[in-house]
Amino acid sequence: MSEKKIRVVIAKPGLDGHDRGAKVIARALRDAGMEIIYTGLRQTPEQIVTTAIQEDADAIGISILSGAHQFYFKRVIDLLKEKNASDILVFGGGVIPEGDVPSLLEMGAGAIFGPGTPTSTTIEWLEKAVAVKG
Amino acid sequence: MEGSVHPLTEKALNGDARSIARLISIAENRGVGPTSQGKTEGEIAALMKELYPHTGKAWVIGVTGSPGAGKSTLTDKLIEYFRATGSKVGVLAVDPSSPYTGGAILADRLRMQRHTDDSGVFMRSLATRGSLGGLSRGTREATSILDACGFDVVLIETVGVGQSEIDVMRVADTVCVVLVPGLGDDIQAMKAGIMEIADIFVINKSDKPGADRVVNEVRAVLDFLKGREWMPPIARTVAETGEGVPELGENLRAHREYAQKGEAGKTRERDRLSSKIEDILLERLSASVFRLWESRRSEILQDVLDRKLDPYSAAEMLLP
Amino acid sequence: MRDSNFEEAKSRYESVVAKTLQRNAERRSEFTTGGGIPLERLYDPESLGDQGYTDHIGFPGEYPFTRGVQPTMYRGRFWTMRQYAGFATAEESNARYRYLLERGTTGLSVAFDLPTQIGYDTDHHMAAGECGKVGVAIDSLADMEVLFDKIPLDKVSTSMTINAPAAVLLAMYICVGEKQGVQASQLSGTIQNDILKEYIARGTYIFPPHPSMRLITDIFDFCGREVPKWNTISISGYHIREAGSTATQEVAFTLADGIAYAEAARRKGLDPDQFGERLSFFFNAHNDFLEEVAKYRAARRLWARIMKDRFGATNPKAQMLRFHTQTAGCTLTAQQPENNIIRVTLQALAAVLGGTQSLHTNSMDEALALPNEKSVEIALRTQQVIAYESGVTNTVDPLGGSYVIEKLTDEIEAGAAEYIQKIDDMGGMLAAIEKGYPQKQIQDAAYDYQKSIESNNTVVVGVNKFQSREADTSNRKLLRVDASVEERQVEKLKKLRQERDNVAVNERLENIRQGARDEKVNLMPLILDAVRAYATEGEICGVLREEFGEYVENIVL
Repeated sequence: MSEKKIRVVIAKPGLDGHDRGAKVIARALRDAGMEIIYTGLRQTPEQIVTTAIQEDADAIGISILSGAHQFYFKRVIDLLKEKNASDILVFGGGVIPEGDVPSLLEMGAGAIFGPGTPTSTTIEWLEKAVAVKG
Repeated sequence: MEGSVHPLTEKALNGDARSIARLISIAENRGVGPTSQGKTEGEIAALMKELYPHTGKAWVIGVTGSPGAGKSTLTDKLIEYFRATGSKVGVLAVDPSSPYTGGAILADRLRMQRHTDDSGVFMRSLATRGSLGGLSRGTREATSILDACGFDVVLIETVGVGQSEIDVMRVADTVCVVLVPGLGDDIQAMKAGIMEIADIFVINKSDKPGADRVVNEVRAVLDFLKGREWMPPIARTVAETGEGVPELGENLRAHREYAQKGEAGKTRERDRLSSKIEDILLERLSASVFRLWESRRSEILQDVLDRKLDPYSAAEMLLP
Repeated sequence: MRDSNFEEAKSRYESVVAKTLQRNAERRSEFTTGGGIPLERLYDPESLGDQGYTDHIGFPGEYPFTRGVQPTMYRGRFWTMRQYAGFATAEESNARYRYLLERGTTGLSVAFDLPTQIGYDTDHHMAAGECGKVGVAIDSLADMEVLFDKIPLDKVSTSMTINAPAAVLLAMYICVGEKQGVQASQLSGTIQNDILKEYIARGTYIFPPHPSMRLITDIFDFCGREVPKWNTISISGYHIREAGSTATQEVAFTLADGIAYAEAARRKGLDPDQFGERLSFFFNAHNDFLEEVAKYRAARRLWARIMKDRFGATNPKAQMLRFHTQTAGCTLTAQQPENNIIRVTLQALAAVLGGTQSLHTNSMDEALALPNEKSVEIALRTQQVIAYESGVTNTVDPLGGSYVIEKLTDEIEAGAAEYIQKIDDMGGMLAAIEKGYPQKQIQDAAYDYQKSIESNNTVVVGVNKFQSREADTSNRKLLRVDASVEERQVEKLKKLRQERDNVAVNERLENIRQGARDEKVNLMPLILDAVRAYATEGEICGVLREEFGEYVENIVL
């Protein structure tokens, strides 16, 4: 009878309104059996982190196409640390140049999925990463 | 009951958001917490036992009605209303799980997100995970957890699939049924269900054409209730702008007062606890019976196949 | 029109095909356009049915405008080559515009950053991290003066991608004109001003629908009198398509938006023959070449019919659908970005063969970041090669009469008309948006497309087929907008707030507040007054936010 579901917050931080990718990944993760908390546009990092905590999410997926990724990933990851919630995984996608990926990973992002990544890659990564952290 | 309290319970009772969230997950997962692999179903029971003495204080309000009725927006405005009076507010928003994949997209809190910055508000989205009746399996426990952890008001937004919303009555002290003009809700057809569960009718989007008609239809339904102690009032709101929400708040308070003063509230609480115990019994019984069945399945099945045993006797063998 | 041997020739062809198929099967069992319209093996005169040429297709420059809005099309004048640009602060963007003008661009197109698009000043907490990222940061008239420094507003036409706060930015543009000695009546250009597609697909809304529609019709009314050469709206399918719609949905939802605006204008008492002339459109140029060419032709014909039959417009200019086109950003790949040049070329060619009035060609590096100067130049050169070298501009509507193009034009028109009927039945586009109808249709199409790529049903060269290993893009020269841009802009804003006449600012903001409360007041003159006193965009939108409230999106997933 017991069932543990992977819960993921899909968030659009900042003012960027392009949510095609966020919605496609939300649906793909749902179809993979996960529970997706979809918060909609214009979320502040504070809202995203509080949401993830209240929802007891395993991961936060961030979608940004505005070029403001360095700023928002850093804020979200810092806030998670501040709130003792660094075990919540952070991953993302959008218009993120490959050259920026190493620095995002270094600040604590689990994975960055660039344009053209199949949703199955994201699903596999999430399933594995959540299983590892237990 | 004596001895040390589980650290998770202790932290949750002290208002730690992560711990409250964890407890709710354990309730949802029927015992399997995110950080407690291998723990058994007993865990949720142990935790709920610890929490029970702290419960019974919260005012639980159910918000139900068809999809598109504006339940989330209304809930958002009710959070604002209760926060203005200084109450701490917990919110449980239930959305359906996909019957095919078991996944879910939970988007109700989108309309309430402005309250995430308020530490006096705790919002949680729940997926139905196969349960019918407008609530998720963990909703009842989640309500008790929020109650125990000091939330004065707990708002429950149901799935809103229409007819099968009876469950909310077995959790909430006050139930709002939200109706809107233009959705084609056939109130006559819903009559039986609505009479059962509504403590207050909310006609939302009441600035739209057709609102008067909905009000009249509800009045006609209410005629059947004449002579009852509590006559559900009809509140007209435009949740989008907040119009009518203070009046709805007064209706809610009136119902709360009525329920707390007379016998009605006590009866309801008794019914609720009784159904809660029944639920636990059912869950426990079926779990233990099915465990037994699983362990002896092939052997018994073979006997039935060989006509050595009939299905009825087989079942009786397994029952306590 | 058929010759006497047609039947015989056709059955001969069919038997040859049957034999061929026995030897070699076709590549797939069914062929469709990118938008899922089934494609026959072959189209011939029989495919087209019996609609008469004159009423159904007609001559260029004549109703129903299937073959274009000008009688001589590009033999007279090329389309406007208009490259969408803007980043960092007004200084940097001004330099980029002058770079583009020097290289032969013929119209400007201003990209604003997100805080500007959503009515926040750069120092607002919601604006943190966004300054100058996707466009230029404009907080006040002072920035706008710098943005158009040494660019004569009577000589260029300027398009501004601005929607919710369109009135404020248009007011700033008019004021810059005043300072240059150019009268409002001489200004030409476009504001996007299309809020419905923001709710449907793009997400940069501020206010709820009702006050948003009021702002839009206030602009229609004001410009009709004061800025007559200005295109007061650019009804945009571009973003609907970027969000994942099919070509047919792009036409349908865009025209349904157009109907909603025309109805709002008519309710305000404006004359369809007049405001109809100032409505312009904006479409996407996507990958499926034939379908795209047909799409523009279908949109033109359908809109002409809508204006004539639904709104009773008799002025041909009010029946004409004039449009800008941008190549599809969502088709650009981060993998092997040079391939994007080829995609953009084909997309641009489709727009030209579809009869566009102006065109933006995307730069190859836009799947990675904002384009650098080199890639912007290649994008512009792409248009110039099509215009000057390809020869397709030397005869009007060269694909007109192609069996497949005419057939697809008919099918897209019919499909779009069906969607529009559904939206009419729901009570119009505003009601449909509230139900989440167009949003859901678009999301479904987007998800289907994603699944089709992942199952290799749809091939994206370099992504799910023909991948190459040296996919190192990290050394590419990408344009960066660093954090110092935000600091500089905030400094400027601070200084402005100290130096201007704050009494005048507050008084004029208060006038806007009072005006907002009375629907009969046209807000445009009040906004102009506030802008002249250097009230900031965020202050003006802030007052309107307090009065009008804010929109919350309607998610249907």
